[in-house]
Amino acid sequence: MKHLRQLEDQSVYILREAYKHFNHLAMLWSMGKDSTVLLWLARKAFFGHVPFPLLHVDTSYKIPAMIEYRDRIAREWRLNLVVGQNKEALAAGMNHTLGRDVCCTALKTTAMKNLVEEKGYTGIILGVRADEDSTRAKERYFSPRDKHGDWDFRDQPPELWDQFKTTFPPGTHIRIHPLLDWTEINIWEYIKHENIPFMDLYLDRGDGTRYRSLGCAPCTSPIQSTAKTVDEIIVELRKSNVAERAGRAQDAGRGMEMLRKKGYM
Amino acid sequence: MTQHNQGKPQESLNIVIVGHVDHGKSTLVGRLYADTGSLPEGKLEKVQAICRQQGKEFEYAFLFDAFLEEQEQGITIDTARTFFIWNERQYIIIDAPGHKEFLKNMISGAARAEAALLLIDAVEGVREQSKKHGYLLSLLGVTQFAVVVNKMDLVGYRQDVFDAIEKEYREFLGQFRAVPQQMIPVSAKMGDNIAARSRHMNWYQGPTVLDTLALFKKEQVRSEQPLRFPLQDVYKFDARRILAGRITAGRLKVGDHLVFSPSNKTAIVQSIEGFNVDPPTSEAQAGQSVGITLDEQIFVERGEIASHRDSVPLVSTAVRVNLFWMGRRPLEKGRKYTLRLATREVACEVSTIHRIIDTADLAQLQESQSVAKNQVAELTLRVKSPIAFDLSSSFEATGRFVLVDEYDISGGGIITELVHDEQEGLREEARQREYAWLTGDVRSEDRALQYGHRAAIVLFTGSAQTGKTFLARRVEALLVADSRHAYLLEGENLLQGLDADLSAADPSFASERVRRYGEVARLLIDTGLIVVSTSKTFGINYQRMAEMIRTLVQPAPVIAVHMSRAGEEPPPNTDLHFAGPQDFDAAARQIIEELKRRGVLIQPSGTRATIQYSI
Repeated sequence: MKHLRQLEDQSVYILREAYKHFNHLAMLWSMGKDSTVLLWLARKAFFGHVPFPLLHVDTSYKIPAMIEYRDRIAREWRLNLVVGQNKEALAAGMNHTLGRDVCCTALKTTAMKNLVEEKGYTGIILGVRADEDSTRAKERYFSPRDKHGDWDFRDQPPELWDQFKTTFPPGTHIRIHPLLDWTEINIWEYIKHENIPFMDLYLDRGDGTRYRSLGCAPCTSPIQSTAKTVDEIIVELRKSNVAERAGRAQDAGRGMEMLRKKGYM
Repeated sequence: MTQHNQGKPQESLNIVIVGHVDHGKSTLVGRLYADTGSLPEGKLEKVQAICRQQGKEFEYAFLFDAFLEEQEQGITIDTARTFFIWNERQYIIIDAPGHKEFLKNMISGAARAEAALLLIDAVEGVREQSKKHGYLLSLLGVTQFAVVVNKMDLVGYRQDVFDAIEKEYREFLGQFRAVPQQMIPVSAKMGDNIAARSRHMNWYQGPTVLDTLALFKKEQVRSEQPLRFPLQDVYKFDARRILAGRITAGRLKVGDHLVFSPSNKTAIVQSIEGFNVDPPTSEAQAGQSVGITLDEQIFVERGEIASHRDSVPLVSTAVRVNLFWMGRRPLEKGRKYTLRLATREVACEVSTIHRIIDTADLAQLQESQSVAKNQVAELTLRVKSPIAFDLSSSFEATGRFVLVDEYDISGGGIITELVHDEQEGLREEARQREYAWLTGDVRSEDRALQYGHRAAIVLFTGSAQTGKTFLARRVEALLVADSRHAYLLEGENLLQGLDADLSAADPSFASERVRRYGEVARLLIDTGLIVVSTSKTFGINYQRMAEMIRTLVQPAPVIAVHMSRAGEEPPPNTDLHFAGPQDFDAAARQIIEELKRRGVLIQPSGTRATIQYSI
């Protein structure tokens, strides 16, 4: 498990750098396996404490079990949970049938931008991984966003050794990505190693399917799988050559590049 | 992107692919994945279909050049990380751009690599960026690398072409003592010597690219080096006061005596803390992010480097470095930058540009006032206050640094030499003295609790007739009236007694007087006093003298107050500056406020103290 310890050491270092340099820091928590590992790493970094708020961008279309899990963990781990929602768009009837990009942008990107602006956060910690999709493979650990929350991927700051971009002009913010070097298998190996509580939606509960990636109910489909334990998930992933986010509709075509340019996570 | 369906990986290794633009880096990565079965299902077919649709020839590079713009221009813009597993090892492959416009992206990729593949096009031969990248790998500390001569299919797989490139490039690398582990002739496009041995080049018996990756070693030696533990932060979330950081070299154990540089403070490791770690660990080593508690609540700050006493880092205010510049505007002498070394951040400026190095032929261009974007230079940097560091030849992580220009990391480099400054002798004296310093059973914390303040020195500097002594007396009186323990250390009193054996004709007279003054101040500080002092007795050399005193009283907090006539610049490291005619009462109150702000006065007089040492 040496490689897991190395990943943990690097992520913990990044989290501590973020906490040291950003007075208005928050972590995005979607309750999925990645951001829950990220949350666990924060408890590692700060010795059982989570010294910043956890943000959940609630599209209102999440699977209900996710909300139950969120509230239980928040209580047990004494988290400062902040929920953001684009109520205006929802009131106007926004949903995925109006177009997936439009829906994702309104209910996720815009909701998050509003939350960041309202609370004045200058640093947002996210659980994105380089192996998820090819635009995330080009991310920095500390990645600046301009005044509109946009990502200028053509002119990213240099990142040398353990020196990250921690200074930035007023009005801009930094996205912090401690999980960039983790793969999907690493996440599961770590969940097993640390015994981290996770949602059973990731397991086959008897119908021969499970979720590999969790998003909004209408746009996420389960995969065929009989994996009933973490060990079985790991074995399955080692044999699989199917992309993790194959069940996520917004990734089709050039969807992710366009979404992420505009500030999607 | 995805994993290959092989056994469980025991370790992972970061590999960067570098080389001149169009020499085939992304193609090599694409081919490596395709030939090892590491691509996700349908990925190859999907990209091939897009190519057919757009009427262009399929290239393996398209698998990884993710951005629309990258595919349209056929070049890699930014570094991408991809993953694959082969023979129980996970590789993180960092595909760096080769175009000179994107050098900073290449550097970001190479800086996190443990090994590299450097590509050279067999048709074009050794080009500008082949050389620059080779040199930068060496500068960045990537000593483990192989040279891959690509596109051998386009030169008819001829050995003489390969041999000529090998000879030329080895000669170039030899100038800075870099030695490639392998030189491999390949065709990434045709798949020769990538995963499978080529049938067209029987004259080559060495390993394939895939074999070479397996031959790269995981760096282990760092934990065998002496300890370096740069302090990242101090936490006080609960009853524990935890010093957090990442060990960059060596090992650390419970019970170890630690020395912090440059403050010279010492303490013993009481515990190694952790969350969900059972049983608790008693030892940690290089690479690990840890948290420790100490036997004594010493005041240490982020940026200090903890080590063992028998192998301490260097300390100076000046260093000679090799630096590469990536800034939007050129690096200039005299401009203010922030130097970041491990966790330390300090203001700095360039005092000398010794030479610019032309990485294409390693010629040295003399006499320059600035360093342009993408240039490499040898410089001397001066920092505002002493930093702890190592030479990069002996320690990697504490021997390198970055420079920040305004908001941006704009340069990076390695320290090649310590530049001696005039404080060196005194610094060593203070260091040896602090290590050997003996105390009774009363700790400085106990004294601080009893007195309601920590010990410190308020140092007044300035030319004659600016009111230094007048203000110093006012501050002493105000502090004592407020039940603080303060004392004005008057240099003239030493002259008649402690310094009576010194002869004014002796060339070392002035410096010996300052040394004695500084040592007396250090003793008084150890009694828990707030020492108030002025540079008056040292006359016009006050700036140099103040620096010497500052070095000698290390690790005590110094509050530097400068008094001048209107229009004069204060010396570096001044905390408070008063110019021109003064309202002395207001100035004295301001100094008291500064003592509060710095945590020296820790309670209103008369009440019980709670010391907040965390930073």
